[in-house]
Amino acid sequence: MAGLATTLGSGAMTNSIRDITQADVLLVTGSNTTEAHPVLALQMKKAVRQYGAKLLLIDPREIELAEFAYLHLRQKPGTDVALFNAMAHAIIAHAWANERFIAERTEGFAALKEALADWPPERAAVITGVRARDIVAAARLYAEATNGAIFWAMGITQHTHGTDNVKALSNLALLTGHIGRPGTGLNPLRGQNNVQGACDMGGLVNVYPGYQPVTSEDARRKFAAGWGVPNESLSANVGLTVTEVMNGVLDGRVHAIYIMGENPMLSDPNLNHVKEALESVDFLVVQDIFPNETAVLADIILPAASFAEKVGTFTSTERRVQMVRPAFAPPGEARQDWQIVTELANRLGHNWRYDCPAEIFAEMAALTPQYAGMSHARLETGGLQWPCPTPEHPGTPILHTSQFTRGLGLFCPVTYRPPAEETDEEYPFILSTGRILFHWHGGTMSRRSPGLAAIAPEAEAEIHPDDAAQLDIVDGDWVQVASRRGEVLATAKLTNRSPKGAIFMTFHYAETAVNLLTIDAVDPTAKIPEYKVCAVKMNKAPFVVAASAASKGNKLLTKNN
Amino acid sequence: MLTPDRTVHTTCPYCGVGCQIDLHIKNEMVYRVDGRFDNDVNNGKLCVKGRFGYDFIHAPDRLTHPLIKNDQVAEDRPLTMSPAHPVTLSGFAPTSWETALDTVAVRLRETREKYGPDSIAILTSAKCTNEENYLLQKFARAVIGTNNIDHCARL
Repeated sequence: MAGLATTLGSGAMTNSIRDITQADVLLVTGSNTTEAHPVLALQMKKAVRQYGAKLLLIDPREIELAEFAYLHLRQKPGTDVALFNAMAHAIIAHAWANERFIAERTEGFAALKEALADWPPERAAVITGVRARDIVAAARLYAEATNGAIFWAMGITQHTHGTDNVKALSNLALLTGHIGRPGTGLNPLRGQNNVQGACDMGGLVNVYPGYQPVTSEDARRKFAAGWGVPNESLSANVGLTVTEVMNGVLDGRVHAIYIMGENPMLSDPNLNHVKEALESVDFLVVQDIFPNETAVLADIILPAASFAEKVGTFTSTERRVQMVRPAFAPPGEARQDWQIVTELANRLGHNWRYDCPAEIFAEMAALTPQYAGMSHARLETGGLQWPCPTPEHPGTPILHTSQFTRGLGLFCPVTYRPPAEETDEEYPFILSTGRILFHWHGGTMSRRSPGLAAIAPEAEAEIHPDDAAQLDIVDGDWVQVASRRGEVLATAKLTNRSPKGAIFMTFHYAETAVNLLTIDAVDPTAKIPEYKVCAVKMNKAPFVVAASAASKGNKLLTKNN
Repeated sequence: MLTPDRTVHTTCPYCGVGCQIDLHIKNEMVYRVDGRFDNDVNNGKLCVKGRFGYDFIHAPDRLTHPLIKNDQVAEDRPLTMSPAHPVTLSGFAPTSWETALDTVAVRLRETREKYGPDSIAILTSAKCTNEENYLLQKFARAVIGTNNIDHCARL
């Protein structure tokens, strides 16, 4: 979200799910929406089928949305910046830009125009593998729309140039003025149910709740007063991200890790490295609802409550805060997470006195301007979209309607950088990871449903039939997929969904832990790992290995570097 | 047709769309889930996970007691097993909340005294509520004294 925070001043979806049908062009890129955000995708399909919108799909894979696309550009994975820059070049060169919007609402246009001079579509065509005239057609389609809306997800951000990708998309919206109205905007689709909320609440190394920087003395003073602690007890140093924490253990800076509701031993890149860190850390606490791969390495495991056993709120991708209500008591002695954290704080010399989550929400809202007008009492009657500054405020479905959060929208020239790891003779395929419809993330929840497990029981590696033929692989074969960091077994699925030279796998299966393969190279600003591009090789699994995998339920293979 | 003992209006726990759902409960089990129509988010619609993916709530391998690593416990005695998640917890013993919380508090205090607040790292969760996330970052910042608080937004 660092990209939008720079260009607009606010890193969140600008528009709402409801107004998708008011767009006449939808630009969807790096989002397999029908599988990862299925109900939102229904709204996109409705826009196309019922309201006549044109879908411009920019994605290397022939995903289900391709059936609905007016134009589908299949760029080589990791070359997005080159493509978006060339579209911006074409918009300026053909005078399709919204000059009035640029003059009134933006800054930095001259610098952008100069930088884009180097990006004619013909140059991008060589890098991306997309024909120059298709790039120009895409630029025209988006620019000439009455209302054009851009949607993206992890396919854009999970790159070492993820922040640049977002800035390049932001440039397109600012050039055309497709922002601040229904059916327009820059719309990052957030993955987890409450990833927007976890960010809003300051579950980030550099900001307090409401994105107030920890480096600001005013913010530190405000939170110290709100929390009743001395100013100097709050650290002014930006903390360590997940990936940095693992390195911090290995170089002796981090000695204890407390994990609430996450499973880095499945979800983080380069798992062998994570395992080494979590095995060697002095003290590891895991608080969760299930035993998982991370808990195995813990010193203490604390049993927590599931969403069906707690009161609270989730904030959705469209900034909508909605109630979570309990249906059951937690099983056995399991407790709600807020109760556990409160007990620990009080054992460490504090005096927290919360009777219920509504009181925690009220304390948070008093310190968080975007949530200031919300309360559990108000949310009981329906969700509210932030910013909602006062108890009378109706919430904000569309951001930046008259001005941007930062004032003027900022054009940010970006240049193409290749992915951290490129293919070579030994590792000739590009591996991208992602989701499928029937499972979720590490599979903790969805794989415990017999119905979902029956539909999608085991990990598949999607590969183009031509590539498979060269490797003498047929559909359903057991294959070994290996990178420089590890190897896994999966069944081959031959499909034209994958472009030639690319392999797609999901990270839903613990026994085929695809993050053994992924690279822990990260975007320098957002620190997001490059899950969408790493170099791998694929081989038909030797008979003995395949037979043993089939009988034992596909045991995980690891390789020590 | 089955009549529920009660229905609970809540928010789907899968993706970030935020669909509004009704959990239909009979004999303390979720037996049916419907999308609610009274909102602009899903307007009655749900995906296959949001409609059918709730067996995990009642799964037999839910954690129900605090567990502590204990060298006295045989390494090969698995506490929990699930076919989809072949996770074997070995070398853990059930313990009381008092012991578990005291142990965590003592070890965190010792670590902070010996190596400073930035030697402790905390991962919060995009699956937990706003209230829980707020409280855990407050714990990191106001109680431990570090900004080493992060979650899987990036993953």
